[in-house]
Amino acid sequence: MSNISLTIDRQRVEVERGTTLLQAAEKLGIHIPTLCYLKDINEVGACRVCVVEVKGARVLQAACVTPAAEGMEVSTNSPRVLKARRHTLELILSDHPMECLTCIRNQNCELQSVAEAVGLREVRYQGKTTSYGEDTSTPSIVRNPAKCVLCRRCISVCQKVQGVSAIQAQERGFDTVVAPAFHLPLGEVACVLCGQCSLVCPTGAIHEVNQVDEVWAALADPARHVVVQTAPATRVSVGEEFGLPPGSIVTGKMVAALRRLGFDRVFDTDFTADLTIMEEGHELIRRVKEGGPLPLFTSCSPGWIKFIEHFYPGLLPHLSTCKSPQQMFGALAKTYYAEKAGIDPASIYVVSIMPCTAKKFEAARPEMSSSGYRDVDAVLTTRELGRMLREAGIDFNVLPEEDYDAPLGISTGAAAIFGATGGVMEAALRTAYEVITGRPLADINITPVRGLDGIKEASVPLNGLTLKAAVSHGLGNARKLMDLAVEGKADYHFIEIMCCPGGCIGGGGQPIPTDIGIRRRRLEAIYGVDERMALRKSHENPAVTALYQEFLGEPLGHRSHELLHTHYIARESVPRKEGAGK
Amino acid sequence: MTHPACCEAAPPGLSGDQQAALDDVIEKYRNRPGALISALHEAQEAVGYLPREVQVRVAEGLGVPPSEVFGVVTFYALFSTKPKGRFKISLCKGTACYVRGAPRVLERLERELGIEAGDTTGDGLFSLDVVRCLGACGLGPVITVNEDVHARLKPNRVRSLLEAYRRAGHEDRRGRG
Ligand code: SF4
Ligand code: SF4
Ligand code: SF4
Ligand code: FES
Repeated sequence: MSNISLTIDRQRVEVERGTTLLQAAEKLGIHIPTLCYLKDINEVGACRVCVVEVKGARVLQAACVTPAAEGMEVSTNSPRVLKARRHTLELILSDHPMECLTCIRNQNCELQSVAEAVGLREVRYQGKTTSYGEDTSTPSIVRNPAKCVLCRRCISVCQKVQGVSAIQAQERGFDTVVAPAFHLPLGEVACVLCGQCSLVCPTGAIHEVNQVDEVWAALADPARHVVVQTAPATRVSVGEEFGLPPGSIVTGKMVAALRRLGFDRVFDTDFTADLTIMEEGHELIRRVKEGGPLPLFTSCSPGWIKFIEHFYPGLLPHLSTCKSPQQMFGALAKTYYAEKAGIDPASIYVVSIMPCTAKKFEAARPEMSSSGYRDVDAVLTTRELGRMLREAGIDFNVLPEEDYDAPLGISTGAAAIFGATGGVMEAALRTAYEVITGRPLADINITPVRGLDGIKEASVPLNGLTLKAAVSHGLGNARKLMDLAVEGKADYHFIEIMCCPGGCIGGGGQPIPTDIGIRRRRLEAIYGVDERMALRKSHENPAVTALYQEFLGEPLGHRSHELLHTHYIARESVPRKEGAGK
Repeated sequence: MTHPACCEAAPPGLSGDQQAALDDVIEKYRNRPGALISALHEAQEAVGYLPREVQVRVAEGLGVPPSEVFGVVTFYALFSTKPKGRFKISLCKGTACYVRGAPRVLERLERELGIEAGDTTGDGLFSLDVVRCLGACGLGPVITVNEDVHARLKPNRVRSLLEAYRRAGHEDRRGRG
């Protein structure tokens, strides 16, 4: 690697060839404001908020896309630079609704931060504002083009990371808008509702559907018995909503916080994650014995489900029929738990705390009501839980650590790692190995399926059969495996797919920001949770054993089939004709 | 502004000839996402314009997401998502015409037709476009209606001019039964 030497603000710095001025400045502790830049994903130099002055160059350069060159003399804070940045921002804001106080991104908005960073105190232009209205067509995501600064981060994530391309820049000039094909609402096109766009949007232009008030109303209703379940990934991320470093394990505090909000029972999605392993594991064994269809695909990630329904409907028979842990929980809360606790299921209201926007869509799927009641009544993302706790004035950081309620709060470490890419596979292999061979695994840490590689593989010898497994996360990677499967070349027994990069810890409903470094720290924390658990294999969960004894009978039995399994539908990618699809 | 393409009534289906020509274009560029612009261009020549149906077929044929096809179609002025009217009105936007009052003619045309430049009237009779200099600079402001050239057009003559075409159009239709 050849090094380059340059000066930035009169300080000398050495960097590798290919380093941008933005990164070089960072090395000197100089923070250049950015808006459209998203490392590795959106490096397009569109907003020009990051301009710097390079000696000898006629025009100011965008630091995020300009490579450092030998001998360059760069100024990041000359009067010309500061003036240009303010001017750029004034233009961006000239058609921006200044609604910070009532905006969902208030106090966590990059546009606000940039305005502060460049010292903007007035906006001299008042332009025409956009006439594109809000898009509230989905249960998960809201688009509000009025607050869009056309940074294109959402487009890049949707296209490059997720391989979905639901949204693009449409029209030109002042009419430019980031929207689906034909200006259709998001709910009518092949958007998987993963919310990755909402994670990277610097403003309030794409955000989760906010259900906090619905949950407040349920909690205030004395006729309702309100129970809550928490997804594996939320216990290593919700602390970030309260200033804790990424990767803080806050399980006990989260339980305490939920009790203080007034939930009647605080249960855990981890319980039904263990149950999923029992059901899906037996499904795998049955398919291997009875000749397929193989590979079997996991079914716990609702964005992934919607993806395969839109893009690979021919492969739907490969999907496990298991409902996700969230939905299994809801179905059991209104049957098994209702019976056990002697509560009328009609009065039970199930809330889930999820790292995921697609979970809102999943909960609203009409078939998710096999008990006669809707499995899950309301889904709050991690961000919404953060907001709700702030509204309640609960000081998260001083809360004691409390335990989940029994029995739907009892779980193992195998369930916790559902929150990480590879975790479902690892949990399944831990159980499958022991159930099939009758021997304990020598080392239950199955490291080949861990980590952030896009596609991971493992094979495990099981009594004469070598079980071959593959794992992917981020739908762009899933596409690669699916294309193999279409050609009949996916030579695996079992494939785990998580919609979001990193798995649920990187879900579209997680705290903002969520970047690769933060994903790594949450992953480490999830495996830390696993290690601290007394039980680390799903089939050892005593509450799951009791559930089978008292209620379900056996895995894949009649009751399981009725309550815990589901079916899928092929969906079109876009309505073909005008006027269709309404 | 009005949002093109999404709020219109369903267009008439494609004729057999148009279908066949479109099939040829798509076959030619199958699985070649890089050829999107050429394919759209030829598809427009085959069909006359690019209704949603055609864009979706191009998207599927070339392997380009529909959102991207629509992005390209709405970015380049040469693509149109609406059928042209029976009478295609083109208004010259050259400097000479501009100086001689083209903006006022445009304003009047838009008002009389009830559409903006780039649109087609609901009855399919007129479409209105602003085009590059027609080269008749001495005669500005100039418009063309199909092959007819109308020079030195004054705003106050717009209504009667349109009326004449409208009558011709209606007689035409009656004549055809
Ligand atoms: S997007 Fe940001 S700047 Fe715009 S109103 Fe919301 S908080 Fe304010
Ligand atoms: S929710 Fe996911 S699929 Fe839908 S637009 Fe956003 S990133 Fe794309
Ligand atoms: S919606 Fe958000 S991420 Fe997408 S272009 Fe607009 S401001 Fe950027
Ligand atoms: S951050 Fe560099 S151009 Fe937008």
